[in-house]
Amino acid sequence: MVMLKELSKEELVLPGNASCTGCAASLALRLTLKVMGSRTIFVVPACCTSIIQGQFPASALNIPVLNIAFAATGAAASGVVAGLRIRGIKDVAVIGWAGDGGTVDIGIQALSGAAERRTDFIYICYDNEAYGNTGMQRSSATPIGAWTTTTPTGKKENKKDMAFIMAAHRIPYVATAIPSYPIDFIEKLEKAKKIKGTRYLHILTPCPPGWRSDADLSVELGRLAVQTGMWVLFEIENGVFSISSPSRIVLDKTKRKPVEEYLKLQGRFGHLTTEEVAGIQKAVDATLDYYMKLSGQRVYPLLTD
Amino acid sequence: MLKTIVETGNHVAGLAALVARAQVVAAYPITPQTQIVEKIAELVDSGKMNAEYICVESEHSAMSACIGASTVGARTFTATSSHGLAYMHEMLHWASAARLPIVMAVVNRAMGPPWNIWTDHGDSLPQRDTGWIQIYCASNQEIFDSIIQAYRVCEDQRVLMPAMICLEGFILSHTNMPIRIPDQKEIDDFLPPLEPGWVLNVEKPVTHGNMLSPEYYMELRYFMHEALQNAKRLIPQVAREYSKKFGLPEYSGLIEQYMCNDAEVIIVSMGTIGSEANLAVEKLRNEGYRVGSARIRVFRPFPHEAVKEIATRAKALAVIDRDISFGMEGILFTEIRSALFDLPKRPLAKNFIAGLGGRDVTQNDIEEIAKKTFRILETGTGVEGIEWVNMRR
Repeated sequence: MVMLKELSKEELVLPGNASCTGCAASLALRLTLKVMGSRTIFVVPACCTSIIQGQFPASALNIPVLNIAFAATGAAASGVVAGLRIRGIKDVAVIGWAGDGGTVDIGIQALSGAAERRTDFIYICYDNEAYGNTGMQRSSATPIGAWTTTTPTGKKENKKDMAFIMAAHRIPYVATAIPSYPIDFIEKLEKAKKIKGTRYLHILTPCPPGWRSDADLSVELGRLAVQTGMWVLFEIENGVFSISSPSRIVLDKTKRKPVEEYLKLQGRFGHLTTEEVAGIQKAVDATLDYYMKLSGQRVYPLLTD
Repeated sequence: MLKTIVETGNHVAGLAALVARAQVVAAYPITPQTQIVEKIAELVDSGKMNAEYICVESEHSAMSACIGASTVGARTFTATSSHGLAYMHEMLHWASAARLPIVMAVVNRAMGPPWNIWTDHGDSLPQRDTGWIQIYCASNQEIFDSIIQAYRVCEDQRVLMPAMICLEGFILSHTNMPIRIPDQKEIDDFLPPLEPGWVLNVEKPVTHGNMLSPEYYMELRYFMHEALQNAKRLIPQVAREYSKKFGLPEYSGLIEQYMCNDAEVIIVSMGTIGSEANLAVEKLRNEGYRVGSARIRVFRPFPHEAVKEIATRAKALAVIDRDISFGMEGILFTEIRSALFDLPKRPLAKNFIAGLGGRDVTQNDIEEIAKKTFRILETGTGVEGIEWVNMRR
C-alpha cells in the first residue's frame, strides 16, 4: 500500500497555474506528475490543461509538453513514442493527457488507433463531464439529466462508457480513479507505470464552475460520487475486472448513499424532478449489480502474445 | 556513382525516404499513393530500412504522429493524396507553425464528389497557405531528387519548415521510368543526420504550443514567412549543389525554363504538363512560333522574382491550371498575375483550365493553347475570361 507521505516532494505542477478555484483536474494533474516524475513527456490537446499550464512565456508544468490539436492526442503520442524509440531514448514515459471531449468525442479515433497498435504509453482522461474550458457544453461523457449550455433542460442520453470501450481494445490495463481517493489513484498509476503497452486511466474530476457546485466541495463531491455509486472505482487488468476497495463497500446496497446526496450539491442537477432522481438511482443500482456480477470475471479473453 | 533503376513514381518516393534515412514514417493508404506506404512497409519489415513505421488509422493521425516524432528529433516522412491531404489540413498548420521539417509526398488526385481517383492539382494547391513548401515534379527522377533536397532545405536552421513533394497520380505515381540514384554514402554526405531546431527533452523541459497572446502571435507568423523567403533562396542553392555533386538535373531551381529567352509566348504550367509543354514548344518552334515553356517547380515559396524576370521578355503568358478556384480563376494564374502587377510593361496573360479529374492534356492540346495565345496577341481580343480546354459543351 502506498503511503501519502512517501510521495515525491517535488512539485512538477508549479505554483501560479491558471486552474479555476476548486479544480479537481489540477489535483489529478499534480498527483499524476508526482507519481510519474520528471522523466515524462506530456501530450495535451485542447482541454482545460491548455489553460491550466499558463500562457507563453510562462508554463506551470515543469516537464516537456507537446500541445496538440484536439483530435490528435493518441496519434501525436504514438509519434513521440516512436521518435524516442528510434533515437534510443528509453527511460522516458509518454502520457496522453486529455479531457473528456478530447477523449470520448473528437479524440476517440486517434486513441483507438493508438491502443490497437499497442502504443507504449499511458492515456489519462480527466473527465469533468462536459466541454469545460469552452464554457460547459455537453460531451458524450455528460451524465444523463445534467444541465449543460447545450442541454439546457438536461441531457437525455447516457454517459459513454469509455473505460469499457478501451477494455474492448484488449489493452493490459484500464482503471477508473478520482483525486478524492488519492491512495487508490496513486496505486493505480504506479501499477500502470510498470506495465508495457497502452494503459488507460479514466479520472472523474469535479468542476465547480461547470457543475455549479461550491469550490470547497470538490474533494467531498468526489467522495460522494464514489459513496453513492455514481462513480465506480475499478480496474481491468489483463482483462480481469475488479472493483477497487473504496467502491467495494457500496456494492452492499445498505451501505450505498442515495444519489440525491451527490446530485443536490450540484446546480447542474438542480432541475431534476423526484422521478428523474429515482431514475438515476435505479440506473446506479443496476450498474452496481452488474459490476458485482462482473467482479473477478474476465471481460475479454486473454490473448496469446 | 549513379545506379540506374526503373521504378514507378510511388516506389521512387518510398526509395527516397529510405535513402534519406527517414526514421519515423506514419501513413495511411489512399489511392493512388498506396504503393508508397506499401514500399516503405516492405522496406521496414525486411529490415532494409531502420525506421519506425506507424500504420495509423487516418491521415489526420498520420500527420499528428509525424509531428509527435519530429518533436523528439526524429526525421519523419509521410505520403498522402487528395481527401487524405484535406483530412490532415489542420495538422498541416500544426506542423509548419511548430517549425517541424517533415517531408511528405503528395500524389495529386482530384477531390470528390464524385469520386475520382485521377489527377489534378485541386488537392495540394488549396493547401498553399498552410506554410508548407510545395514542389511539383515532372518526372520520377525529380521526385527522388526533390525529396532528398527537401530534407536539406527543410532542416536548415534558417528554414525549419515542412515540405510537400507533389507528383501527379498515375501519370507519375504508377508509371515506370528510369531514374539514376547516387550511393547511400554519397547521399549521407549530402544529407547529414537531422539536427532539430528544438526538441522535447526531459533534461531541459519546455512547453510547446501553449496559449500565446496577441502580443507575440504576429511575430511567430512573421518568422514563418521569413523562413519561406529563406527557403526560396536556399532551394536553388541546394539544387545546384546536388546537381554538381551527383551529375543529376538541377531543374533551374524554382522554375524550369525551356526556350524562354526569345519567346513571345510562354506556356506556364506545373507538373507533367510542363514536360509535355516542352515537346509542344519543340514542335511549334519548327513551325516558326517563338514560344517557350516555364514550368513552375516550386509553388511555395512562390518564385515572384523569377516569374517577373521571365515575363519581362515575353509578350504573352499562357497559364495552364490543372485546378480551379471556383468563382475566381486558376490558382496558378492568380499567383502569376500578381507577380506581373509591378512590371512596368506587362505581357498579356491568358488562363487555360485543363486536365481536371485526370483528363489528358496532350502535346496537341498544349500546341493549341499556344496558338490560341498567339491569335490573342495578333487580334488583341480574347484575353478576357477563362478558357476551359477540351470541355464538353
